[in-house]
Amino acid sequence: MKDRLMDFDEALERFEPVMGFEVHVELGTRTKMFSAAPNPAHPDFHDAEPNTLVDPLSLGLPGSLPVVNEQAVRYSIALGLALNCEIATSSRFARKNYFYPDTPKNYQISQYDEPIAFEGSVEVELADGRRVTIPIERAHMEEDAGKLTHVGGATGRIQGAEYSLVDYNRAGVPLVEIVTKPIFGGERSAPEIAKAYVATIRDIVLSLGISEARMERGNLRCDANVSLRPRGQEALGTRTETKNVNSMRSVERAVRYEIQRQAAILAAGGTIVQETRHWHEDTGTTSPGRPKSDADDYRYFPEPDLLPVAPSRELVEELRAQLPEQPVARRRRLKAEWGFADLEFQDVVNGDMLHLVEATVGAGAAPQAARKWWTGEIARVANERGVEASTLVEPAHVAELQRLIDEGTLTDRLARQALEGVMAGEGSPSEVAAARGLQVVTDESALVAAVDEALAAQPDVLQKIRDGKVQAAGAVIGAVMKAMRGQADAARVRAIVLDRAQA
Amino acid sequence: MSEITREEVQHLAGLARIALTDDEVTSLTTELSAIVDAIATVREIAGDDVPATSHPVPLTNVLRADVVGDTLAHEQTFAGAPSHDGERFRVSAILGEEQ
Amino acid sequence: MSGLRAEPADLTRLAGHELAGLLASGEVSSVEATQAHLDRIAAVDGELHAFLHVNAGALDAARAIDERRAAGEQLHELAGAPIAIKDVLCTIGMPSTSGSRILEGWVPPYDATVVARVKAAGLVALGKTNMDEFAMGSSTEHSAYGPTRNPWDPERIPGGSGGGSAAAVAAFEAPFALGSDTGGSIRQPAAVTGTVGVKPTYGGVSRYGAIALASSLDQVGPVTRTVLDSALIHDVIGGHDPHDSTSLDREWPSFAAAAREGAASGSLQGVRVGIVKELDAEGTADDVQARFRETVDVLTAAGAEVVEVSCPSFAYSVAAYYLILPAEASSNLARFDSVRFGLRVEGPGQTVEDVMAATREAGFGAEVKRRIILGTYALSAGYYDAYYGSAQKVRTLIQRDFDAAFEQADLLISPAAPTTAFKLGEKLDDPLAMYVNDITTIPANLAGIPGMGLPMGLGDDGMPVGLQLLAPMFEDERLYRAGAAIEALLADRWGGILTTKAPALTEATR
Repeated sequence: MKDRLMDFDEALERFEPVMGFEVHVELGTRTKMFSAAPNPAHPDFHDAEPNTLVDPLSLGLPGSLPVVNEQAVRYSIALGLALNCEIATSSRFARKNYFYPDTPKNYQISQYDEPIAFEGSVEVELADGRRVTIPIERAHMEEDAGKLTHVGGATGRIQGAEYSLVDYNRAGVPLVEIVTKPIFGGERSAPEIAKAYVATIRDIVLSLGISEARMERGNLRCDANVSLRPRGQEALGTRTETKNVNSMRSVERAVRYEIQRQAAILAAGGTIVQETRHWHEDTGTTSPGRPKSDADDYRYFPEPDLLPVAPSRELVEELRAQLPEQPVARRRRLKAEWGFADLEFQDVVNGDMLHLVEATVGAGAAPQAARKWWTGEIARVANERGVEASTLVEPAHVAELQRLIDEGTLTDRLARQALEGVMAGEGSPSEVAAARGLQVVTDESALVAAVDEALAAQPDVLQKIRDGKVQAAGAVIGAVMKAMRGQADAARVRAIVLDRAQA
Repeated sequence: MSEITREEVQHLAGLARIALTDDEVTSLTTELSAIVDAIATVREIAGDDVPATSHPVPLTNVLRADVVGDTLAHEQTFAGAPSHDGERFRVSAILGEEQ
Repeated sequence: MSGLRAEPADLTRLAGHELAGLLASGEVSSVEATQAHLDRIAAVDGELHAFLHVNAGALDAARAIDERRAAGEQLHELAGAPIAIKDVLCTIGMPSTSGSRILEGWVPPYDATVVARVKAAGLVALGKTNMDEFAMGSSTEHSAYGPTRNPWDPERIPGGSGGGSAAAVAAFEAPFALGSDTGGSIRQPAAVTGTVGVKPTYGGVSRYGAIALASSLDQVGPVTRTVLDSALIHDVIGGHDPHDSTSLDREWPSFAAAAREGAASGSLQGVRVGIVKELDAEGTADDVQARFRETVDVLTAAGAEVVEVSCPSFAYSVAAYYLILPAEASSNLARFDSVRFGLRVEGPGQTVEDVMAATREAGFGAEVKRRIILGTYALSAGYYDAYYGSAQKVRTLIQRDFDAAFEQADLLISPAAPTTAFKLGEKLDDPLAMYVNDITTIPANLAGIPGMGLPMGLGDDGMPVGLQLLAPMFEDERLYRAGAAIEALLADRWGGILTTKAPALTEATR
């Protein structure tokens, strides 16, 4: 069923949007939150076969017991501090009880009334330079669930599947859930704020080095709560919780969609159902999921198998002293260091490529070159395919591509072909270049021969060059490049053309 | 007598994922009311000034170094599994959604 | 028992430490000792049903110990002695069902820490002992695999939940056994079978690999015929385990040394012994009461200073216990869902939700379902503060009562159970009556303190009556020192420890 949507501007005239976010961050520790099984969110264990990163606790075997990962606690405190939170003097784990086949104990060890971090705020910057403060309610530690694969039926989705398969590798991966307070005053920037918030959390997590924070891998997951209230009304409207929002772009689109959808319902005199909704990347829509009900009685109680975590003030101060700079400050610094013009920098930020450019520069590329790749060719392909740029190519490969150009091994055009290969999964730029035979022709005699042949074929052009119309050389250069299948340095060809024309 | 109804017992059985028979619901409704009456006496002395004890021995900060330990081999993992495909556990179609 | 040259037929009648002495000196091989106990099991367990599973690898394990000893290896003082293991503990290679149909045939891929430790000490696992399903019960009648019978009178219950371990030890099927105690499951079976059992200080023994009933109450402990034997096992299984967050990281004294000193002195000179007024009340049978008074007299005669102490909050302990236990159990038992291990009951076209509910309906017994539903109720929205929250406060009050009592006394004593063993089926229809029976043992679990059950005579019906000793947190040593002294004093009066008085069981012809 297709939702009726109200025009965005009209929706904003009549209603005030209020947002809230729950962002889950998978921590990249070596082991799981409560057991010594390897953590698939750590780069060493990314590509593990199903159910190989499991121990008795990951499977919820009878008799197994949890023990808290110290590194996960340090990471959580660091994240709490970066979110300007208070760090609890004593923090407790609690069991959240519900049955689901991806949850091996049929309860999740989480935190309830005593989270590790609470009462914070995050400053985010919008494209036009405006800054918005997002209030943080809490950040708490918990464990991830396993992964289900639905088999049979048409869609591979849960509906209509014949059966499901369960992989518990992810069960027990350390998570921090960051919960905002209601965010008011976003107005027409609400969707952009949503995206900027999640991007800022991602930037913080990356700068802390506590997670790879790749949304497409589920390292960072966002549930977006949206409600509307008519202008002038005090009470908050009924909210929906949109899950499965797995890219920055989707966060923005999903919030915008929910504003438009809810506005249409409310304007028609309808009511909003408090429910979970699912975001569909392909259609750009949300669909209803599970209504909130008394089935949500999670029967929280203090986890009797674990003791409170009471971080010493020394530890908190030690971690505070190691905090990296805040994202807004970092942006300003990078802009200055890289010497980008305002528009150039905005392009990078809007494309959510700051960390990609930074990583590329870190891998040895010049800032401007790095920027051009990401906001140019890579952004174009990402747009065309409707995916995030970060999923297409690693920053290190972009830097390598640029190095090959700088060394004269590849021309710009050849480099673009190499990039295409890299994006197709054919390997690193050097490997692609070797496999595809991409290389600048540096054999001077071959070039001279090709130029002579082209000049001979176009005597009128030769005459023009001899008459001093140097720009006419372009036609000959084009022919030579074509003959060399693009694998020649255009500047060198031009020099040879001019030289041979005078011969 | 505490007011525990059949419907309440059925609701609890749903939360606890047990398909109780009608007879069981009937007997549990009676038994539970009597038991709850007996155990509800805890409220008599649990004053606001009394702190709760969740662990008999108060310890804090029992933490584990982030060092990888043993994992189970597939043979061990699936030895007791009612159904699996050699790589994953298999369950019938799922009605509800994840939490 | 120096100088004793045991014939193989006598091996099962020896106390654990006596058998261990013969093994250590090489007079008896582990294969002989193990075979003797396997023979005894084969002869009497058809009637008693103390074992759910007998270890087919026991003789191989015994042979391996004999070979190591023959090779001159320095072995643990208990090496080669047989031990029975409560089915609540995970064991590689042996089914571990916790007495439940839902885990029928499940063989864990790992050993509980206590099992790994007894194996490392060279003890030989004889098999797995029967218990109330998931340790919920006081009679072992709630086992999915049928009840265990009391060796003193097969018409009667052996206590519970660890009736299997207690009966095995009382019937000379094993010199040592492991049990678990959540509200008395070691001490109460000891009381009604004339054996000794200890619930250590919470955290003193690892819970890793013990199938959880109520995590904040459960403790694993020894079950034996003598105090010294319990101490020896406690020394093996106790101590810090990094796999259990609630495990205590501290140095413990040798409990065996304490027991030996206590037995040697036979004195309680200067020991302040407190009688808890609230545990010495109506509900205790006359014969139990009489044995308790006589025992108090024996203690006084041995130099103990007996005082009365009051623990007013104990009146609420049963209520608090039957909130905390079901609440934690309802969550701990949620993992039995037919997905990764255990029973699955499914029909065509059923969703996984249906399958889980049908499996749990078929796989859990009535008592388990009753407590899961009760626990779900106690934790559900709107009731948490009134029930679970209040029960946690009662725990605080009970701890305070103990703190005050231990200001006045070094040890507290009470009957370990209000009556001798009742008849099978007698209380099965009245869960509440069964629950109230646990009043003497429950406070120790709520407070986390150590307790011991040991024999103090026979009731009017000729059935064993048990004494309970309680010590302050971390002071398990006091139980062994005083317990061994009391045991020695009573044995002097009786001309031997109580189990030697047990009627002989008919040995089935094999």
